[in-house]
Amino acid sequence: MSAGLVFSEVVVRAGQSTLLDGVTCVARAGRLTGLIGPNGAGKSTLMRAALGLVAMDSGSIRFGDADLPAMPRRDRAQMSAFVEQSGASEVHLSAREVVMLGRIPFQSVWQSTAGPQDDVAVDAALAAVGMTGFAERQYQTLSGGEQQRLQVARALAQQPQLLILDEPTNHLDVHAQLSILNLLRQRAQAGATVFLALHDLNLAAAFCDELVVLHHGRQVAQGSPQAVLTPALLADVYAVKASVLAHPHSGRPMIAYDLPSD
Amino acid sequence: MSLTRGPRIALGAGLWALLLASVVLAVTFGPADIAPQEVWQTIGHHIGLPMESPVTRLRDAIIWELRLPRVLVAAGIGAGLALCGAIMQALTRNPLADPYLLGLSSGASFGAVVFLLAGAALLMPIGAFLGAGAAMALTLLITRLLGGATPSRAILAGIAISALAAAGTSFLIFWSATGDSYREILSWLMGSLSGTGWGDAGIVLSAVVFLGVPMLVSGRSLDAFAFGDAAAATLGIDVAQLRWVLLAATALLTGALVAIGGAIGFVGLIIPHVVRLGTGSRHRVLLPVTMLVGAIFMVWTDTAARSLFSPRELPVGIITALLGAPIFLLVLLRYRRVT
Repeated sequence: MSAGLVFSEVVVRAGQSTLLDGVTCVARAGRLTGLIGPNGAGKSTLMRAALGLVAMDSGSIRFGDADLPAMPRRDRAQMSAFVEQSGASEVHLSAREVVMLGRIPFQSVWQSTAGPQDDVAVDAALAAVGMTGFAERQYQTLSGGEQQRLQVARALAQQPQLLILDEPTNHLDVHAQLSILNLLRQRAQAGATVFLALHDLNLAAAFCDELVVLHHGRQVAQGSPQAVLTPALLADVYAVKASVLAHPHSGRPMIAYDLPSD
Repeated sequence: MSLTRGPRIALGAGLWALLLASVVLAVTFGPADIAPQEVWQTIGHHIGLPMESPVTRLRDAIIWELRLPRVLVAAGIGAGLALCGAIMQALTRNPLADPYLLGLSSGASFGAVVFLLAGAALLMPIGAFLGAGAAMALTLLITRLLGGATPSRAILAGIAISALAAAGTSFLIFWSATGDSYREILSWLMGSLSGTGWGDAGIVLSAVVFLGVPMLVSGRSLDAFAFGDAAAATLGIDVAQLRWVLLAATALLTGALVAIGGAIGFVGLIIPHVVRLGTGSRHRVLLPVTMLVGAIFMVWTDTAARSLFSPRELPVGIITALLGAPIFLLVLLRYRRVT
């Protein structure tokens, strides 16, 4: 567990194209590691490969002692959890029932009701995302930000040592984005390995302990936000001109995009 | 909306009682005046309870040979179709999915008609199995050719297969059926339980018990599909395996039901939706309640089909369509609002 999530030379191909071309990077335990890169860089593929949702052509992905993509699904689901950006779906479940889905890997198919540990885990997860008061509300009646917080709570109910999140803050307003990222930072500080893909570079710089940059299926940088987010890298990877400032309080990088002059 | 253990048991017991009462009452409907008590005593007598059969041989035959098997066929078909619908809706995450939409029923009808016209009427259930299975395989194959399993692709593939199978069925009937057999096949195609006996009841009930009841175990795994395949897989579900097993079981069950009752529409679509409003989407509760409500619903619609215009009989499929189409539209409108 101390080593966290380690990707070594991960290659994923789909037909003629190479989606991941030998990616090597690390998301350490106890840290919030952000995965950034332009659209199509391979962020989702990398996360999905770790969870066995996408088959690897070569390379390895290990979490602690475990060969993560190859281990039995249920064992993997008992140590890792995955959150995607929430899509619209018709779900007739209460908030509490949504979070209870996270207990499926721990329940037997014959079991008819939740056990006491399940209730404890679900209550703790709801409390962690500040949604205890919403437990009996119907999922569909909640706002996008509240639904996404529940998705995170569902992941927390799995009591994972590894949390993987694919753009969990998309389509959310600023307040909801900050509250989700804050929550994830707390989980990392509590010892979990948190690996998340982000589009918003300023949020990534403000919250992540470490950043991994993907470009055309390759890892092109890994390190602290200060070390990674340089004008040269932004020009290379995102093809934008930008000045990197320091946040007046935290000193973390802030990106100010230079608009193309005509 | 989540039910705790106590109310859940009460709900189950209540629905079983309602189903039992419905079966007994439904048997009393018909040209010969029969009291519920006579039905009880006749059933008790035949299953070996120490009860005198109180009624004459004729009345005994009406109850035991004529009406009871048909009511049981209705209950079994209702339970099975509603279950198939609930499972397909969960697997495809499409609120409009049911055996009809994915082409299984049309395929089953086609298979059954082929066997019927080949003179092997007794083997119709096998033809229907094969037809439903072939339709499902083709639907899945086309879905894959379209670029992978998404709900909308599966539905489009199902519509294409449905149209193909329906055309094949129409062609066969037009080509070879004459006189009475034409009318009989047509009525069966619309969905009719007319003339079903103990043999049919045996097929339907064993299909429901041996194919349907084991599917109830998948309830918790189906819950994991609420937010899609990736979410289910990361909750430890073997998505591909579960989908194959359940779709194959659904095809078999649909085949058995269509072979006996014909293409009875909308039951698989509407019953799960109505039940979901009351119990929520947790499949451990939803699936068994859906089966019971489907059974009760079909017992009464079939009773209506044979008694509303007595002595003429309506194909029960017409009644389920009359009731189902408006509810189908409501679901459609609600779905549009959600997305």
